[in-house]
Amino acid sequence: MSKGEENKGATTQRNMIQAINNAMDVCMERDDNVCVFGEDVGYYGGVFRATAGLQEKYGKTRSFDTPINECGIIGVAVGMAAYGMRPVAEIQFADYIYPGLDQLVSEAARLRYRSAGEFTSPLTIRTPFGGGIFGGQTHSQSPESIFTHVCGVKTVIPSTPYDAKGLLIAAIEDPDPVVFFEPKRIYNGPFDGHYDTPVLPWSKHPASEVPDGHYAIPLGKANVLREGSAVTMLCYGTMVHVTAAAVEELGIDAEVIDLRTLLPLDMETIEASVKKTGRCVIVHEATRTSGFGAELSALVQERCFYHLEAPIERVTGYDTPYPHSLEWAYFPGPVRLRLAIERVMEDVSGNV
Amino acid sequence: MASDTERRNLPPLELHVPEPKFRPGDDADFSDIAIPTVGETRRPDIADDHRDMPDLSYGLVRVLDDDGKAAGPWDPKLDPETLRKMLRAMALTRAYDGRMFRAQRQGKTSFYMKCTGEEAVAVAATFALDRDDMTFPSYRQQGILIARDWSLVDMMNQVYSNKKDRLMGRQLPIMYSTKQGGFFSISGNLATQFPQAVGWAMASAAKGDTRIAATWTGEGSSAEGDFHSACIFASVYRAPVIMNVVNNQWAISSFSGFAGGDETTFAARAVGYGLAGLRVDGNDALAVYAATQWAAERARTNNGPTLIEHFTYRAEGHSTSDDPEQYRSANEAADWPLGDPIARLKKHLISIGEWDEERHAAMDEEVATQVKTAQKQAEKNGILGHGLHQPLETMFEQVFEEMPWHLKEQMQDMLDENDAANGVCKTR
Ligand SMILES: Cc1ncc(C[n+]2csc(CCOP(=O)(O)OP(=O)(O)O)c2C)c(N)n1
Ligand SMILES: [Mg+2]
Repeated sequence: MSKGEENKGATTQRNMIQAINNAMDVCMERDDNVCVFGEDVGYYGGVFRATAGLQEKYGKTRSFDTPINECGIIGVAVGMAAYGMRPVAEIQFADYIYPGLDQLVSEAARLRYRSAGEFTSPLTIRTPFGGGIFGGQTHSQSPESIFTHVCGVKTVIPSTPYDAKGLLIAAIEDPDPVVFFEPKRIYNGPFDGHYDTPVLPWSKHPASEVPDGHYAIPLGKANVLREGSAVTMLCYGTMVHVTAAAVEELGIDAEVIDLRTLLPLDMETIEASVKKTGRCVIVHEATRTSGFGAELSALVQERCFYHLEAPIERVTGYDTPYPHSLEWAYFPGPVRLRLAIERVMEDVSGNV
Repeated sequence: MASDTERRNLPPLELHVPEPKFRPGDDADFSDIAIPTVGETRRPDIADDHRDMPDLSYGLVRVLDDDGKAAGPWDPKLDPETLRKMLRAMALTRAYDGRMFRAQRQGKTSFYMKCTGEEAVAVAATFALDRDDMTFPSYRQQGILIARDWSLVDMMNQVYSNKKDRLMGRQLPIMYSTKQGGFFSISGNLATQFPQAVGWAMASAAKGDTRIAATWTGEGSSAEGDFHSACIFASVYRAPVIMNVVNNQWAISSFSGFAGGDETTFAARAVGYGLAGLRVDGNDALAVYAATQWAAERARTNNGPTLIEHFTYRAEGHSTSDDPEQYRSANEAADWPLGDPIARLKKHLISIGEWDEERHAAMDEEVATQVKTAQKQAEKNGILGHGLHQPLETMFEQVFEEMPWHLKEQMQDMLDENDAANGVCKTR
């Protein structure tokens, strides 16, 4: 990419990590208020290499390592944002965000409200989440619904390199705090849920053609990945690919919606789809109880009740810590999806 | 208003970001590290007031000099038999690490972490504790289990998440747990064990028990809030606890400066919290033993908690997931001025005429065989893979003591799904 000038036309093939890296690069280039930091983020470029090269390019004061203290990382981001900077902080794994919750929930999320707009928190917290990498219970969690439950934080989850870049740029430029969850299982390729077959690299997927310059995908806009009339599938992150694959394998005319942003939610797209199909399956890897699927189910029921022809189905992880050896029995894979789709497609008489 | 204030002619502010002295390609030179001579750091009485010993947080407790001679007030004067046992436990730990690391590379498990170069910190400390004292380790103190003669096969079963894994394949490899071994369940979340150890110690004190607690954390993790929570509770309640900070200089790719190590010692945090603090040569097994013994004695006699910084070096990568050559100088480990804990204790034993090269070579062979034999046995119980070693139902057990309805329902769903999956396979 030639420095200084933007060429939205030119694209480069990028995997998810490279697209995320490029988003930060583009933002840092355009705005010297943007800085990135976190554990192992600076010199090493992050344990997943998402910030690789940024310290070299922008210097130590704009891309730096931090103490291992998530409360400090988020608290410092609040302070820097209050000063007027645009901090992009990395929490190494979503499983390690909890020590920083108070700064996010009680501070970043409410600063605009409690100061009547005098102070704001235009910060972005990037964090890899989700399982499928034999990471055990502390490298596999999907805690997104904790954040959608907090008033004042936006929650964004991309599913492709193209989306990751456009959404991350939107998150960084957003005037409010955004938690940006990166589905680490698909960093290198769109995993379809068949753990026993090799994953295709992103280079085989059209969404790996990522424009080199600046572009933003508006927060709150879902992506209808596949149009269909039989059933609406609501999903995000890794589960977008698992869902799309299951739908293809079953040969069902499903409408697959990649939510991209959980909050604010693109209710319009969801509502229109469910009113059209009359059936809805919600898919997420996170634990079931009080998961984001519960919110989606309530919203669909409230707005589409008279259009529904079957009870809404939820395909989720189980309400247990993410197990290490039984990972694939835990993961909501193709079979769990198939069973749910079969149930939701049953007609009133009970016949499939 | 600030903007109306007449500014003195000051230069603009500058953000300081620490930088390690050496990076890949540099020739690491540690000659500027101040290493007090053996005997220079005094040994106060175990009943002395912590206020009278801030100097110990800036010194370095040492026993073994460069020639392997033991000297000074901290010399624990252990009998040769104990020294040989300690040496063997460290050698066994290293052999075990080597084998398990290789097993990961061979695809037999998902992850592994060695403690190479830091064996003394866990092993020698454990020798100084009582067998029933409770330990709250981080992931790098497998030496505790080995020093307590815990079964290698049992440890390996955990690493392999196999069908004999007592933790039901639930935990990442190396996150051991054994109540019988006085070894608290390892968490992946850093430093959480620190306040927990203090709480265990407070309970022991409240109950008029005689047992104490010891906990370990890396220097990087000592930046976490939990570390500081532990310090303040330990201080306020004078909990009978030993809090070890293992300063191995690195936290994945971040050098100790990012945990505050450029500005002061880790032991010096004791001063601010009103704790006894010791800084110890962590590669000197006798110094680690002596410091732990001193702290244990204090704790056991109601003289309060001690924070110990073990000054050591992480000789290998963080784990099976990183390549240290990408962030630190290649010769650091070899040139570490405090040497290797096994080599140093070996030299000492030889210097007092209680050991020789032949016996050492024989011991190395013996521990290698012991590990190999254990590995064969453990692998009979399975290795990590897609073969599901634990009954599926175990996933739902022990979330609670009694399984609530929703988990029962989900368990049934999972079994149905498994049947459906097998049906799919048959018709394929
Ligand atoms: C709360 C939390 N934050 C981050 C991590 C990721 N992490 C695992 S180990 C590690 C480095 C710890 O370094 P140190 O405490 O020095 O221990 P060492 O590995 O050197 O023994 C990090 C950042 C984690 N496990 N938990
Ligand atoms: Mg360390």
